[in-house]
Amino acid sequence: MVDEKEITKVQELVYELKVGQVMVKDVITVTPHNLMSELRDLLRDKRISGVPVVDKGRLVGLVSIEDFIKCLTDGKMGSPVEERMNRNVKTLYDNEPLVHAVKEFDRMGYGRFPVVDRESGKLMGIITKGDIIRGLLKKMEIDYQEEEIHRYRASHFFEDIVADKTTLIFQYNVIGKDFDRAGETSSGLKKTLRRMGISPKAIRRLAIATYEAEMNIVVFTDGGEITARVTPQEVRVEVVDSGPGIPDIKKAMEPGFSTAPDWIRELGFGAGMGLANIRKCADAMHLESTVGKGTRLEITVYLNEKEKHGSGNDS
Amino acid sequence: MTLKEIVKILGCQVVVGKETLDTEVRAGCGCDLMSDVLAFIKPDALLLTGLNNPQAVRTAEISEIKVICFVRGKQPSEAMIALAREKEIAILTTSLPMFEACGRLFKNGLIGCSEYDE
Repeated sequence: MVDEKEITKVQELVYELKVGQVMVKDVITVTPHNLMSELRDLLRDKRISGVPVVDKGRLVGLVSIEDFIKCLTDGKMGSPVEERMNRNVKTLYDNEPLVHAVKEFDRMGYGRFPVVDRESGKLMGIITKGDIIRGLLKKMEIDYQEEEIHRYRASHFFEDIVADKTTLIFQYNVIGKDFDRAGETSSGLKKTLRRMGISPKAIRRLAIATYEAEMNIVVFTDGGEITARVTPQEVRVEVVDSGPGIPDIKKAMEPGFSTAPDWIRELGFGAGMGLANIRKCADAMHLESTVGKGTRLEITVYLNEKEKHGSGNDS
Repeated sequence: MTLKEIVKILGCQVVVGKETLDTEVRAGCGCDLMSDVLAFIKPDALLLTGLNNPQAVRTAEISEIKVICFVRGKQPSEAMIALAREKEIAILTTSLPMFEACGRLFKNGLIGCSEYDE
């Protein structure tokens, strides 16, 4: 039941690519007046199994190796192509999505389809199953390379910047009491930092600390802001809200101390581990709060491995 | 231990991630308290939980857990399934209660997170 909804990259591409993008444009053709005997060399030399028949640019038929063999057994090799060709040719349009071509191959069981222009009926190319596979592979390769280039650019961002001091700032708004969306900021920040090529261990510590802080905003306030400042040396996450504030910071830092209401506990949080977790993940942590005004929390993780990390100092 | 073995040992239903059954799981963690999960779980561990809400999936994402198994036959909501699929996290369900699910896995050699060195 679940699998049917999954859309793979290939499925996406067969809708995106057009027949005209994967067909072979340089098509070998014959005219209706060519003789069947002339086909022999063509089929053999070019190793093809069928040839479109074209009259003044328009497709008028298709002559296949089967037609040729039948003609040979009938002993009619002197007859013109137009007498032996199949006039009822199933074609595809160059501007239709590749998925139609795939369906037609499945439905008709043919080895190839001529591709014509929708308006003029002019022959534009020819397409086989092999062309579809080649086209998909090529497109996937291009997409993959583009993705790699994007990744490379992002992860080498700081190296390309010429400045004495560089700081990137990412800002997120957190909505209070919205439990379904809680965690989106941390998730987004995590993805962004990964794009920038920051070490997975540092990202993990930042993500966990930010997630706990985000949960605090969602649980206790009507909303707040999370700002991440990234430099080549460190990531500093600032979490600001205008909520009720913390009366006793020292007490709030104690593992297990909680003021969370029961409904929060039912959601798997509020066990009094949040701030303790943040301290454990951060290299440095700074918390200030005024009752009735709000809370400001600063979490810093150093990106240089030599700097000490874990169980940060709070000030 | 692979996901496939876990599915067999716990008699799981695979809700998300049928194509990832060869994924290797290094340790297990049974917990309903997400802050504890965030504090103690190791990357690539299996999370067994009775907490049936989107935060279980979020917590898994943040702490790099690839597989969540809901115990006591809890069925995840559509929103959770969509989120798990987006974040490429497998979801299993088992009818076994937490203690028995953990016990069976431990007996079959899956270590706990405190024993697992990153």
